[in-house]
Amino acid sequence: VQLVVPMAVVFGQGSVPGDLPRPLPFRDVQEMEISVNLRTSVMSRYEMRYRSTTGQEEAALAAATAREADAALHLLQDTTFGSLTMYVVPETSSLLPQGTNVFVGKHRSALVRAVGSLAALQARLREVTQVMSFTASSIAAALSDRVPDGQLSPDARRYLKSSLGYEITFSLLNPDPKSHTVDWDIEGAVNRYVKPVLDKLSLVANFSVDSQILYYAVLGVTPRYDKESSSFLLSAHSLPHVINPVEARLGSSAASLYPVLNFLLYVPERSHSPLYIQDKDGAPVSTNAFHSPRWGGIMVYNVEAPASPQASLPLHVDVDMARVMEVFLAQLRLLFGLSREEVPPEFLLESPGNEGLADWELDHLLWAHTVENIATVSTTLTSLAQLLDKIGNIVIKDDVASEVYRAVASVQSAVTKLSLGHLHAAFQASKEAVTSSERAFFDPSLLHLLYFPDDQKFAIYIPLFLPMAVPILLSLAKIVRETRLRKKEPTKMD
Amino acid sequence: GGMAAAALLLLLVAAGPGPGRTDAGQERRDALREELLLSPLPTGDVAATFQFRTRWDADLQGGAVSHYRLFPKALGRLVAALGVRELHLALTQGFWRTRYWGQPPLQAPAGAELWVWFQPTVTDVDKAWKELSNILSGIFCASLNFIDSTNTVIPTASFKPLGLANGTDHHLLRYAVLPREVVCTENLTPWKKLLPCGSKAGLAVLLKAERLFHSSYHSQAVHIRPVCRDASCLAVSWELRQTLTVVFDFFSSGQGKKDWSLFKMFSRTLTDTCPLASQSKVYVDISPKNKEKELLEVSPPPTSVHEAVVQGDKKTYAVYDLLSPSLFNTSRSLNVQLKWKRPQDSSEMPIPTLHAQRYVGGYGLQTGEICTLIYNTHPYRAFPVILLETVPWYLRLYVHTLTIITKGKENKPSYIHYQPAQDRRRPHLLEMLIQLPANSVTKITIQFERALLKWTEYPPDPNHGFYVGSSVLSALVPSVIAMKDMDVEQSPLFTSLFPSSDGSSYFVRLYTEPLLVNLPTPDFSMPYNVICLTCTVVAVCYGSFYNLLTRTFHVEEPSRGGLAKRLANVIRKFRGVPPL
Repeated sequence: VQLVVPMAVVFGQGSVPGDLPRPLPFRDVQEMEISVNLRTSVMSRYEMRYRSTTGQEEAALAAATAREADAALHLLQDTTFGSLTMYVVPETSSLLPQGTNVFVGKHRSALVRAVGSLAALQARLREVTQVMSFTASSIAAALSDRVPDGQLSPDARRYLKSSLGYEITFSLLNPDPKSHTVDWDIEGAVNRYVKPVLDKLSLVANFSVDSQILYYAVLGVTPRYDKESSSFLLSAHSLPHVINPVEARLGSSAASLYPVLNFLLYVPERSHSPLYIQDKDGAPVSTNAFHSPRWGGIMVYNVEAPASPQASLPLHVDVDMARVMEVFLAQLRLLFGLSREEVPPEFLLESPGNEGLADWELDHLLWAHTVENIATVSTTLTSLAQLLDKIGNIVIKDDVASEVYRAVASVQSAVTKLSLGHLHAAFQASKEAVTSSERAFFDPSLLHLLYFPDDQKFAIYIPLFLPMAVPILLSLAKIVRETRLRKKEPTKMD
Repeated sequence: GGMAAAALLLLLVAAGPGPGRTDAGQERRDALREELLLSPLPTGDVAATFQFRTRWDADLQGGAVSHYRLFPKALGRLVAALGVRELHLALTQGFWRTRYWGQPPLQAPAGAELWVWFQPTVTDVDKAWKELSNILSGIFCASLNFIDSTNTVIPTASFKPLGLANGTDHHLLRYAVLPREVVCTENLTPWKKLLPCGSKAGLAVLLKAERLFHSSYHSQAVHIRPVCRDASCLAVSWELRQTLTVVFDFFSSGQGKKDWSLFKMFSRTLTDTCPLASQSKVYVDISPKNKEKELLEVSPPPTSVHEAVVQGDKKTYAVYDLLSPSLFNTSRSLNVQLKWKRPQDSSEMPIPTLHAQRYVGGYGLQTGEICTLIYNTHPYRAFPVILLETVPWYLRLYVHTLTIITKGKENKPSYIHYQPAQDRRRPHLLEMLIQLPANSVTKITIQFERALLKWTEYPPDPNHGFYVGSSVLSALVPSVIAMKDMDVEQSPLFTSLFPSSDGSSYFVRLYTEPLLVNLPTPDFSMPYNVICLTCTVVAVCYGSFYNLLTRTFHVEEPSRGGLAKRLANVIRKFRGVPPL
């Protein structure tokens, strides 16, 4: 598989390095191999076009701040999925603040401060492209099924598997409805905070959002009382036991087959308030929340104790949804592998604003999911082929066969599209390939239990084979005994 | 005039703040009401019926984003995704003996029963029905996934929508019964999980599996239907009723005493209320049986006493309101007890106006006869009844043998709908409207022939027999006592589930016994036996042939003995001793 990233490197006035091999504009190709395991490796190929700025771009770059320049440049760019545009600005440019060398915009472009030589510039550009498209580790995470154990970073197991859709469920857990009546304006919060992000992500998958309130749902562990702070503590090592009893109440997504992302807001019971989560070092976690890889997140929401102890129960609580949603959205980004923490320090990232997600972050997801989809299809088809090899007389219906053909065709087209740099088309093709291959694999006619294994057929005929074998074996034994005797006899003759 | 205008103005002001935003804590859009009805049965058994009713003033069908509070999300999603208008699911173990126990508050046939009305917008009803039964089987851990076209029927007259409906196109209705289904703990747990308070608080703490299944009848049901939000009926609310009925047989198992208490039945008492419930009541049926009022007493003293006419019978209920603060003041827990003051003579048992009985007649394994007896014990009123009979395809009904005889005369049904079965595709459906004369027994017989099944079609343990689901009787039974137009909300339980017509009659739906029919069953070990036998014969022949072909025959010289003797002679020769 070859991943091709079309890139444009645009030199502003006074930023052209001295040691260019050819006069501008020219083209160049850089290749990088990402090896996943001994047999699999992914080739990434950056097709770079070097050119100098046009007049309009120059005018845009003359803006006062990087943000304004980014907005102005957006209108002049190539906006296809997966493509990148780098604007190299002079070393002394005041567009970038002191100390930052790279400004990554909201869309698919970045401003890069020029360095002396072309080689140094290319090294910097490579860093930027890895942030904005994919890194070796993000591709390895997408192919995590094939990476040998132990070589995978723990982060890689956190990301959600690629799927055609996701169901997001927000649950408010109120284990103590006698003392707390908790209200949350989830409808408003979803519309305000979650909807914009999901609208953007709708290119990647279908999302459905719902919420529920569960009463008398308790965590699986009893928190420890801490005298110093007169609060209750959940230590990091007990967190794995928290989810199981809650999950039984969450209710499975009976109506669809998509994976569910659970976000739980836990209002601790009055006898366990306030409740804080401790990290491994014993320090309280500032957000009072944690996430569970590929499952979702839990946030503990403490209710302030009433000023007067004789305040009438139940206590009415209105949840501050802005605070809660900030945490849940951060967890959502984390689960999709869009964390912004792994960026080198001299990078400045433009905040995505209302949409919650920059264009290049979307590309990042698309790259990873396309690669993962292709891997999934090949795994599915391989195991299907193995099954068919094992059972010789299995019946393959025409519709199953056509699904397999379609899956193969789609995956091939996805691979070609990737090597042409058409990211979006490749992703669509890979999605179709996944659908077809799953449909073929899970076809009820291919259940291997429907077919008699050969050893059972043999077992039925044991009443024939056994009595027939007895005289043969007996006479064989006799022959052996006689030959042994015949050997013995001459020695005794002497 | 001035007063009225002021009142109107006040109303307008009150309605001012937008309807979209609910005023937190003040006005919920959903409400939970829970009730428990304890009724001593004429035989001395005790029936306990729980009802948890969740009402949600929201439109489940529209809107992409859904936010649930008291209404369970799993069921809400189901209703929204599959275009369900009304859903009735009952899982039952045992049989309600109407003749001895009286009219049930809500009966269900043995096994699993599911009937669903779909929205007119659903294009492929069969596909939605299949999908729905699969999902429900996942939610309730029941084998509802065995519902397919061979046990699904579309009744034309028996099942009307119980909720709000503007059309009754029966093609949107599907009905199926699985009489073989066994109901147990694994079905109760998911049912309890749908309750907002789970089994942690309120009446649901009594629902302990080990007691509930130690009973002679257990039926749990889920009913979802749209209802009018208010009297003007401009908006729709969704109502979820979860009901559970158990019958404990204390009389036969407990030393012949008919006294009971909550603790004795459920091995626990009520200690607190579910804080989410807006109503939580326990009703005890203390209706005087023989005009003698002082026959039984309940303790502790009830909060109030309520009189109502339920199913043509005047009933008196002792009501315990768990939400009233005085109830838990005196003692920490509520343990309702009932004591009979003097032993009751069980000879006079009231016989319900309508009851029925069904059995299989005939002998041999080829033909048979299904007989249904319907009793109308009303002294002077005749009334019609709709009989719905669903018979699997492997019993081939002969419709020309259908006879309906009342008081020795043939009784011609005024409406017959018969849909013949198709082998392996659909069952027989027979619906009839029969007039039952006053004080009469009607006997309905129909003959059938047993079909032969393919060997893969037999269920495990085929010699147990094949079940035929209960037939359904629906009737408007004239009441002996004139019914007042009572406040439905005040009366316990099911009075509001079935539509109440005018005061002179009440709706009853009864189920008859399921039938167990033996089909000609092949000897399933026969192919293997044949294989064994033939193989043995072949092997024996082979053995003798083998012997014949491989043995070398030569004349044995009598002087030279066996191998041992020859060896011995060789040795003797060495030693110089004469041979043997």
